[in-house]
Amino acid sequence: MTATTTPPVAKTSPLFGPDELKVIKDPLWDNNPIALQVLGICSALAVTTRLDKALVMGIGVTFVTSIANVLISCLRNFIPNKIRIIVQLVVVSGVVIVFDQILKAYMYDLSKQLSVFVGLIITNCIVMGRLEAYAMGNPPWRSFLDGIGNGLGYMWILAVVGAIREIFGSGSLLGFKVVPQALYDAGYVNNGLMVLAPGAFVLLGIIVWVQRSISGYSEK
Amino acid sequence: MTAAMLAFFEGNQEGFWSILLKAVFVENILLSFFLGMCSYLAVSKRVDSAVGLGIAVIFVQTLTVPMNWTVWTFLLKPGALAWAGMPDSDLSYLQFLTFIASIAAVVQVVEMAVDKFSPKLYAALGIFLPLIAVNCAILGGSMFMVERNYSLTQSVTYGVGSGLGWALAIVSMATIRWKMRTAHVPAPLRGLGITFITTGLVAMAFMTFGGM
Repeated sequence: MTATTTPPVAKTSPLFGPDELKVIKDPLWDNNPIALQVLGICSALAVTTRLDKALVMGIGVTFVTSIANVLISCLRNFIPNKIRIIVQLVVVSGVVIVFDQILKAYMYDLSKQLSVFVGLIITNCIVMGRLEAYAMGNPPWRSFLDGIGNGLGYMWILAVVGAIREIFGSGSLLGFKVVPQALYDAGYVNNGLMVLAPGAFVLLGIIVWVQRSISGYSEK
Repeated sequence: MTAAMLAFFEGNQEGFWSILLKAVFVENILLSFFLGMCSYLAVSKRVDSAVGLGIAVIFVQTLTVPMNWTVWTFLLKPGALAWAGMPDSDLSYLQFLTFIASIAAVVQVVEMAVDKFSPKLYAALGIFLPLIAVNCAILGGSMFMVERNYSLTQSVTYGVGSGLGWALAIVSMATIRWKMRTAHVPAPLRGLGITFITTGLVAMAFMTFGGM
């Protein structure tokens, strides 16, 4: 797992300068949490059978990563090094509980469909990875931007996987039919494999392949 | 017998073998629910470390699922505090926090116990144990236990089964990756990409158990 840490900011830097922009933009492509840092795959696949689930999950991870990053960054000078994992876990679970309660209150059906995967944001490696690699050594505002950037970097890959799986697996997008009836009449069938686990693995493998061919990154 | 004691035996009436085989093969926690992918991808490069992590997961999973069952049944679930005279209690929103805390505690205790009683085992498992506290498969196992309303005996079975399934998946993947290290894979596909595609094929193989 590779993680980047930028040197501490100079006191005179503007609130949102080129450095801050880089903190947000980097995880979107050049240092994408899923494709390059290999973090947070656990839940990336289970929730992507439909686009709406993938989007809600992406919003959840962005929310949790940014808020937890800020909290840990504020606390970073008070946390004893030996128990930092426990402290991080408690902070993250607190934020996840808030998100879960919000989801249950306003989108009950979707929260039932996401079942255990909302809770599993706690152990999502992106959250812990960013806390450990970034928030423990950087001021709150930058940590917040880093959380947003990584959350969005995670979300767009999830959205792409979710959209492809929904279109080819059930012929719809966000619940609306997109594959015309004429095509079914001509003998086209939905690809059942796309909704199942193996389809997700192969699809994500191919997306990583495409992303890395374009960004020119390769292992070893 | 009180209602709380009955809960030890009454679950959703699913049989022992059915839960065990389903957890190992058909609904493999890694290959069909994608849990524990991070450590799976990181540790499946070598067979011996994959075996070590696999054993550690079986061990911790077998302990934590029944333990979280106890916590859930007697403290958290709606009406669980009836034994303390509070029949209207509902602490289920604390589920995530309590589960992750008890998992972290169990991992810590196991680590200390293994260190004390078997230094040899500690040398083999030691580095993997802290990793496990943040393994999605462990927390996920406890959450599935709650969602499926298992009894105590069922949750022990499920703990063993899902741990075994995870270990089986990571060891088989490690052997495949070991064989594959001499293959000529296109550069951008190397590592993560090809591992995913291979995992997809392994997952497809496991799906054939579905009709059992």
